[in-house]
Amino acid sequence: MPILEIQGITKRYGGLTAVNNVSFSVEKGEIVAVIGPNGAGKSTLFKLISSFVPPTSGKVVYNGQTITGLPPHEVARRGVVRTFQETTTFREMTVLQNVIVAHHLRCSASGLGIYFASPKARADEVTFRDRAAKILDYLGLGGVKRLQARNLPHGHLRALGIAIALATEPKLLLLDEPFAGMNIEETDVAVEMVRGIRDRGVTVVLVEHDMSAVMRISDKIIVLNFGLKIAEGAPAEIQRNDAVIEAYLGRPDDELGH
Amino acid sequence: MDQVTDGGGQSTAGEAGGAVTRWQIISFAGLVLLLFVGVPVIFGKLPYFITVLTNAAVLSFISLGVWITFSIGRMNLAQGAFALVGGYVTAVLATRYGISFWVCLPLSGLVSAGLGALIGWPMLRLKGVYFAMTTLSLTEAIRLLALNGGDITKGATGIVSVPPPGAIRILGLTVVPPFSSANPMPYYFLASAILALGLIAVWRLSTSRLGWVFRSLRQNEDLATSIGINVARYRVTAFSLCCFMAGIGGAFFVAFQQNIYPSTYTIADSVNFLLYCFLGGLDYLFGPVVGAFLLVISFELLHAVQDYQALIYGVLMIFCMLCLPNGILSLRLRRLGERQHSKT
Ligand SMILES: Nc1ncnc2c1ncn2[C@@H]1O[C@H](COP(=O)(O)OP(=O)(O)O)[C@@H](O)[C@H]1O
Ligand SMILES: [Mg+2]
Repeated sequence: MPILEIQGITKRYGGLTAVNNVSFSVEKGEIVAVIGPNGAGKSTLFKLISSFVPPTSGKVVYNGQTITGLPPHEVARRGVVRTFQETTTFREMTVLQNVIVAHHLRCSASGLGIYFASPKARADEVTFRDRAAKILDYLGLGGVKRLQARNLPHGHLRALGIAIALATEPKLLLLDEPFAGMNIEETDVAVEMVRGIRDRGVTVVLVEHDMSAVMRISDKIIVLNFGLKIAEGAPAEIQRNDAVIEAYLGRPDDELGH
Repeated sequence: MDQVTDGGGQSTAGEAGGAVTRWQIISFAGLVLLLFVGVPVIFGKLPYFITVLTNAAVLSFISLGVWITFSIGRMNLAQGAFALVGGYVTAVLATRYGISFWVCLPLSGLVSAGLGALIGWPMLRLKGVYFAMTTLSLTEAIRLLALNGGDITKGATGIVSVPPPGAIRILGLTVVPPFSSANPMPYYFLASAILALGLIAVWRLSTSRLGWVFRSLRQNEDLATSIGINVARYRVTAFSLCCFMAGIGGAFFVAFQQNIYPSTYTIADSVNFLLYCFLGGLDYLFGPVVGAFLLVISFELLHAVQDYQALIYGVLMIFCMLCLPNGILSLRLRRLGERQHSKT
């Protein structure tokens, strides 16, 4: 059974169809990339999967269960966690606090236990602090963990967004342009990190513009254009797909990773 | 100082669910000593001052509620409305059904909290100025409701001669003697106890994970949702806690003044609760307390300018936002920060 099945999902904003009858599925342990020109509907697709916006029609099935219509925090609780295209952090907390707070779903203490600092609640927080430090070290943020998030340079902000998502211990991670704004070396490091995340058992779906990164990292690529899925396949197939080349016409060839 | 926070002012989430900082213990112990020993010793023979301080204590308790809604990123101008609700609950129950004040007090808090949850659920979807405007109209709406409440609220006549709180006896032992309108001292002690308990309760809240969740909502509701936080539920929790405190405060003032009218809390009062928070500093638990005591006491001392209270409050609010965006308490902390800086 695939971990994620998108079944004919459509999202209309007034007269504009942002996502048009898109279907595909993702197997457990895969890295799947969603590519397409600006405005193709990639971010909207992620918002549909994570239930941040309701679809006009169609549905999302996760582990055999329909999650469309559930509130977004409930979808996150089940293990489907998204990051944001715009860098999104808790700006007035330190990097470490951001990731500690993000462990919210992992709390074993009750609300009252948390309020009265029960032994369980305290043990939780000690665990979260250790885990947060480990996640930050893994993502190369160990040295800046005491910095306020609002003072972080852009590249670090992206990584922090991923750290926050990882703290929830997702089963399916949706990364919206995780390599945006990174130079070649930074992207190489980040690509390895995403592989590492997958190797720990997290299925990854990502939206990305950096074609060379996409070609290296993905098991499967979905191509969107004007909300429609125009191709799906392994990186090698996508590279020689006529419809894809058409959609990217006018762009230099190297964008397709040649 | 700006870039790195090192557990000085606020504890880090996860330090055993909110470590107590030395400063908090010192300021809290100082406040308790001042309230329960210092003031009675110094002002015990001056009923007028005791009355002023009683007002200030409960007004800061009510503002502390507004401070909680600030922590989730909402500017709440409905606190007067919920104080009015709490006040009427106590007034009606005490005069009509002869129910003891000690039962009315928590009931008033609970009714306000319940009503807050009910109204807050849809209203808290609004943000910024939209939420502020809606809460402002709510203050007016509740006042009109009280004005037109017929036999229950007695309209503009208000409910008068509410009996003062009776004695509390446990197993025949008088724990609390009966209150009387002639002596403000018992009211003062009750007000101080309410404030001290309120401060402890809110301090626990803001240093625990719940406080961090509240602040995460203020900083980014979408991100909070994405990590599995039920944003709507926490918003309503924060808001109804705030309303609970308004209800308790409203009930106290009914017992203190022995009456309540629709005009007891108006939009001006809702704005003042907010102003106390601004003036003291939104980042500090003691902000609303400092703000309320400072303004209430200074206005009592400056009898001559009381006609211009609204004007002066307005100018103060603007001054605060322009010159002291982090409140009076930020001055102390800034100095402290500089001192620590020069040491290293
Ligand atoms: N909330 C919205 N309201 C109206 N139109 C929207 C909204 N969100 C996205 N769109 C439109 O939907 C299309 C797809 O947007 P998006 O999914 O962000 O594209 P991508 O991420 O592929 O660049 C765009 O034309 C965008 O303007
Ligand atoms: Mg996008």
